[in-house]
Amino acid sequence: MGNYAIETVGLNFNFGNQAIVKDLSLQVPKGSIYGFLGPNGAGKTTTIKILLNLLKSPSDQVFIFDKEINSNRIAILKRIGALVEQPAIYGHLTGKENLVNRCILLGIKKTKADEMLSLVGLAEAASKKANKYSLGMKQRLGIAQALISDPELLLLDEPTNGLDPNGIIEVRNLMIDLATKHQKTILVSSHLLAEIERTATHVGIINKGQLLFQGTINELHLLSKPMLEIEVDNIENASTLLIKQGYEVTTKTEKVITVPFVSSQKSGELNTLLIQNGFTVSSLYQQRKDLENLFLDITNTN
Amino acid sequence: MHALYISLISEYYKSRKTLAFWAAILLPLIICGLISAGFYNNADKIIANHYPPMLLWAQYSGAALGVMGFLIMPFYVIFMAFSVNNIEHKNDTWKMLFAQPLNKFSIYAAKYLYAIFLIFICLFLFATLTYAFGHLLQVLVPKFNFNQYSPLDILINAYTKLFLASLGILSLQFIISLLWSDFLKPMGIGFVGTIMGIIAANVGWKYAYLIPYSLPTLASRITKVKKGTDPLAFPVFTQEIWTSLIYASVFFIIGYFIVTKKSIK
Repeated sequence: MGNYAIETVGLNFNFGNQAIVKDLSLQVPKGSIYGFLGPNGAGKTTTIKILLNLLKSPSDQVFIFDKEINSNRIAILKRIGALVEQPAIYGHLTGKENLVNRCILLGIKKTKADEMLSLVGLAEAASKKANKYSLGMKQRLGIAQALISDPELLLLDEPTNGLDPNGIIEVRNLMIDLATKHQKTILVSSHLLAEIERTATHVGIINKGQLLFQGTINELHLLSKPMLEIEVDNIENASTLLIKQGYEVTTKTEKVITVPFVSSQKSGELNTLLIQNGFTVSSLYQQRKDLENLFLDITNTN
Repeated sequence: MHALYISLISEYYKSRKTLAFWAAILLPLIICGLISAGFYNNADKIIANHYPPMLLWAQYSGAALGVMGFLIMPFYVIFMAFSVNNIEHKNDTWKMLFAQPLNKFSIYAAKYLYAIFLIFICLFLFATLTYAFGHLLQVLVPKFNFNQYSPLDILINAYTKLFLASLGILSLQFIISLLWSDFLKPMGIGFVGTIMGIIAANVGWKYAYLIPYSLPTLASRITKVKKGTDPLAFPVFTQEIWTSLIYASVFFIIGYFIVTKKSIK
């Protein structure tokens, strides 16, 4: 048995002539929360639809629980719960009826519907028509639908879309709970890195259909090298001095010079050097490049 | 088979609060009710004509059959084919449906069978209500002679023909409604097709039976012609019915291939 819940091998997918997914090799370890990151239109939803066999992938490129998806469609779908784009809800049915309908299709007990409604905090709105639901309530109902069959693998496409801060925190906690206590594997897509950073154990960054980074969240953090930012008077002369002394000036603005951070001792030495040469250093601090910028860097350079 | 069964149950569960479902019940109730009310209010005039019992039944049931066969039936079928598919288009639920661990054939066939079921229910109620309201009229106005002839055979034959003759339209419209999510395309094509079909059938074009939309008209017309002679003699499985059944099977299979190849965007 492999260790991956999802594995794609050089997956390519086109809509007509337009390549949507190029040579994508996802590896989602079992039991992980895999943050699938990318700007809008990067190919996240398309990839999720391929994983659900809603879009036909070439054979032998998509494996879920080590099984090829096209030839094991039903067996695989039995083990997946999904929320794709806007939740698929029948507006003329109540929230509960939507879940009962899902129970019918999955052949599970209808009492599961009530259980799920309380889990996502919709018990009071159970008999309200779903088209009267707010965006956040629809999203919760969508999550309830994804969870109702108690699947091993959850595919959640932007699940916090439209939720208020409380709702976002609840979904986050729910995901962590499901992964840690119930050993579920969760693939969650988002265009917001801050969102993924708080829950994900693994991250894949996709842009224009290509995977730009894949690894654990710590590996992603390592990519962001710390910098030393120096606020000093007479920027031009200070920067000339530093370069002359063999420092690498990464950026220089009107107020701040940025150099790579090496160690605290080296920072002290740099400070002394500037002061000894008559500059006034008003502030000197270590700055970790935040992941949001890193994300932008990674997605923009391609 | 189990997948087909649960898909059918789900179709019922989803649609039981929609107009499409209730139309199958309300349409026969309203039309038969109106005709019966008309007969009740004009009872004196009708009785004055001294129709023999068989002709009275023919007048009475022909009122519903005529309207149904020519106009309402095609549009009703078009509307059913539309609404069974539209429930998924409107709610953007195709992706959910095809992400369930059910084979695609069951999902597709269940929708198709459910549309057939709704049409069956509608026509079954037409036949039943025609019969029941006829006898109700007899109770209310004892001077009628509805009780002297049993129209059951003729009703069953006529409505069975109408049912079978409409399956060709259903399958064609089903594909159109499956492919396009908007209201206008299936309705527009269906409307033009129906008008063409009625004209082709009425001018007696030799090949009218090849147009699916002509078939209900053709089927009900032959019923009428034969009525003058021996009402029980007309055969159910005539050329139109076979054509309709062949169209239905061919389009059903084509529809299935469309579903298997369909990418859910």
